[in-house]
Amino acid sequence: MPGPQIILAADVTTNRQHANVAEVEQRLGSLELILGISAVRKTVLIIVLAIIWQVYASYLDNPLLFPTLSDTLTTLYDRFVDGTLPSRIWTTLQVLITGYVAGTLLAAILTILAINTRIGTDFLETMTAMFNPLPAISLLPLALIWFGLGASSLVFVLIHSVLWAVALNTHAGFLGVSRTLRMVGGNYGLTGLSYVTRILVPAAFPSILTGLKIGWAFAWRTLIAAELVFGVSSGQGGLGWFIFENRNLLDIPAVFAGLLTVIIIGLIVENLVFQTIERHTIQKWGMKE
Amino acid sequence: MLQAIQQKMDPTAGLPDVKAASEAKSLLTVDKVTLRYKTPNLLITATEDVSFSVERSDRFVLLGPSGCGKSTLLKAVGGYMAPVSGSIHINGRPVKKPGADRMMVFQEFDQLLPWKTVLENVMFPLVVARKLPRREAEARAKEYIDKVKLTRATDSYPHTLSGGMKQRVAIARGMAMQPDILLMDEPFAALDALTRRQMQDELLQLWEDTRFTVIFVTHSIAEAIKISNRILLLSPHPGRVKAEVIDVDRACQDDGSAVALERDIHNLLFSESGHRE
Ligand SMILES: Nc1ncnc2c1ncn2[C@@H]1O[C@H](COP(=O)(O)OP(=O)(O)OP(=O)(O)O)[C@@H](O)[C@H]1O
Ligand SMILES: [Mg+2]
Repeated sequence: MPGPQIILAADVTTNRQHANVAEVEQRLGSLELILGISAVRKTVLIIVLAIIWQVYASYLDNPLLFPTLSDTLTTLYDRFVDGTLPSRIWTTLQVLITGYVAGTLLAAILTILAINTRIGTDFLETMTAMFNPLPAISLLPLALIWFGLGASSLVFVLIHSVLWAVALNTHAGFLGVSRTLRMVGGNYGLTGLSYVTRILVPAAFPSILTGLKIGWAFAWRTLIAAELVFGVSSGQGGLGWFIFENRNLLDIPAVFAGLLTVIIIGLIVENLVFQTIERHTIQKWGMKE
Repeated sequence: MLQAIQQKMDPTAGLPDVKAASEAKSLLTVDKVTLRYKTPNLLITATEDVSFSVERSDRFVLLGPSGCGKSTLLKAVGGYMAPVSGSIHINGRPVKKPGADRMMVFQEFDQLLPWKTVLENVMFPLVVARKLPRREAEARAKEYIDKVKLTRATDSYPHTLSGGMKQRVAIARGMAMQPDILLMDEPFAALDALTRRQMQDELLQLWEDTRFTVIFVTHSIAEAIKISNRILLLSPHPGRVKAEVIDVDRACQDDGSAVALERDIHNLLFSESGHRE
């Protein structure tokens, strides 16, 4: 039997490897580069859809059912300039932010209690199990009786829509923090609140952010829906009321303009705000799930 | 070489006088400690009646086969679990909870805080536990990062480091705290053989510099001999002290005494495993 042998790969000895070098790294063509950016591809898609909308609506020629894109955009522009839309947006955002912040703070208090005490855990688990499946909007009739027509009813419903989603995800995130990291926190002598804020919160940040995103989505949809039902209280309705009001006036391009505004604000928050936070936190830390 | 091994066939023999002598001045005394885990349907005794003491500047190794309770012992010293019986004292004070006087270096790679850079990771305990002002903490952190040869990675986040680099950061973090004892649970076990040898050399070099006290857990006999000056041999199920090897640092790689010691320890650990109980 011959001893061990090393057999070199066939092309190692030939000149082909030098010829190959150029092919290892090759610049992509510029069209390929541009199409590689997903934002560009999506923009193209949106433009195509916009053209289809415009053409189809012109062909239909029935502004009461389906206004053209240009009509919608003109109305959008007019309503912005005359100040109706900005004031409606402002009303909606004020309520939204109040409810969102209050809901998040309550969620923080509940989860901190839950992580430190057993009764807190039981309370949180029971409450989330009970209220999470309940659509927030279904509490609106009750809220109207309790708090009357006005922002406080909306805030109540919003808190309900944010609280359980954020609390559930934060709590799950806390429980999922690895034992090693928790031991490291103990090693530094951190306890109680400083342990939660300095170890648990950043370690569970991916789940917390998910919770905040879900909470935002719930809150945004709930608020627009609630405003469709009422919002006239102080003569200062929000976006949802703007849509409802213009439907009653049969000003359909304005209805479309309102819907478009809802979409745009939703996109801005979901893609700009949350993605920026994500880039500067969990992506930078290599913690993206 | 065999005279260096004080075999404790009878675990209680000779103990009282050793204890009396050491309790007064030892840095750490572990006295007849029994540790148990409670699972829903079992009570697992991890270690039973284990006693040892660690002096200042000791490189003390806990050595034994898998499952003999080395990690459990270290956790108890770290204050993460309380003994069922027996006592653990550090500087004469009983160990009750985790604290920064006993810094842990874990086996796991995820022990660094991923949201902090290397520098911030090393600084963080200095600021929150030692209460150093930021400037001072930063200076000391940088000094120790230099010592583990990670100067270039100072501002990197942990997820961009290799496994060996992460362990070095953890070691720098532990040592920068200048704890009474550094507790290391198989810190090199997950590293490849090359990196592992390099890290052992670096650890010894660091010890030459600062003479810190360390308890080091391993299940590699060769690593134990290379690193330590004292080795505690544990037998499994439940973990009991089998023997203690002293003056390990007198074993020399060149004249074959290290190899002989390794063989002796190996025989001791594995040959008579037939009559454990
Ligand atoms: N969390 C736990 N719950 C229940 N039993 C445990 C737990 N951790 C360890 N044990 C048991 O305690 C005994 C000692 O475990 P330990 O982790 O201390 O061993 P070890 O010596 O560190 O082993 P290794 O070298 O494999 O790390 C084992 O029998 C193990 O099954
Ligand atoms: Mg272990």
